[in-house]
Amino acid sequence: MRTTERTALVRDSALVWLASGVVGLSFGAIAVTGGLPVWVPVVMSLMVYAGSAQFSAVGVLLAGGGPVAAAVTGLLLNTRTAAFSLAVADVLGPGRVARLLGAHLVTDETVAFALAQPDPARRRAAFWVSGLGLFAVWNTGVLVGALAGDALGDTGTYGLDAAFPAVLVALVLPALRESLAIRRSALLGAALALAVTPAVPAGVPVLVALAGLVLHGGRRPA
Amino acid sequence: MSATVAMILALAVGTYAFRLVGPVLHGRVELPERVQELLGAGAVVLLVALLATGALTEGGGFAGWARPAGVLVGAVLAWRKAPFVVVVLGAAAATAVLRAAGVA
Repeated sequence: MRTTERTALVRDSALVWLASGVVGLSFGAIAVTGGLPVWVPVVMSLMVYAGSAQFSAVGVLLAGGGPVAAAVTGLLLNTRTAAFSLAVADVLGPGRVARLLGAHLVTDETVAFALAQPDPARRRAAFWVSGLGLFAVWNTGVLVGALAGDALGDTGTYGLDAAFPAVLVALVLPALRESLAIRRSALLGAALALAVTPAVPAGVPVLVALAGLVLHGGRRPA
Repeated sequence: MSATVAMILALAVGTYAFRLVGPVLHGRVELPERVQELLGAGAVVLLVALLATGALTEGGGFAGWARPAGVLVGAVLAWRKAPFVVVVLGAAAATAVLRAAGVA
């Protein structure tokens, strides 16, 4: 991998780190101002390391839903990481240590970054560069947010909630341009996910989207 | 507080187990080419579903107009092959401007 490619990778990843850092700040702040001790969001971020699942688990706790409901909700949201880990299994690296550590870094962001790269070497670099940076920034953000409490104000003002969906658009466009089968599957999947969102628990809509793969079709001759 | 510790542990162990599925199976099970193709397509389908629900919904309902409008600005920029930085900052800025103008 050339230096210019590596620089571009760090530059692109840095934007995602920035957005995640701010989201981490707000996660720490929300948990602590809701009445949880500082260690809860901090330990949770290090060990669970899954933004949306952490938000929903803490949301359930703060709403008085109890720890079992909080764990189940979070786990439901994270079932998709199983599918993601299968998709990037050959990206992590050959050694046992790389696989065990890399597994913890499997997130929506790192998978999207890795799969957007054109060849195996760049996929691996993209996964590790975006993943290690994201882990550092996310956990620092949560710690600072938990210590600073509600000093941050309303992060919605900065429009950062639009950043991650836009990141995903930029990263999946090449795959969508390339294949009609993927385009059809993704369109049906997204439509199904949106249709069921009001009716089912968080985490389920994205899994329902996998049904869109029925339109992927076969390439083998009949 | 021990119930909270148990919750965090259960969530952490379960999530890590999901994430280990790929690395553990890799190299042990020879997946047919068709299955590998579907896994790659499945990951893109999941990401597109995340993007659609993330852009349009919040807590099971509509997220308001400012966020999807911002994401749309980002999508147009990405379609025109604008640099990644421009796509992401464009989406956030458009949403921020709409909110400042009073659009929810």
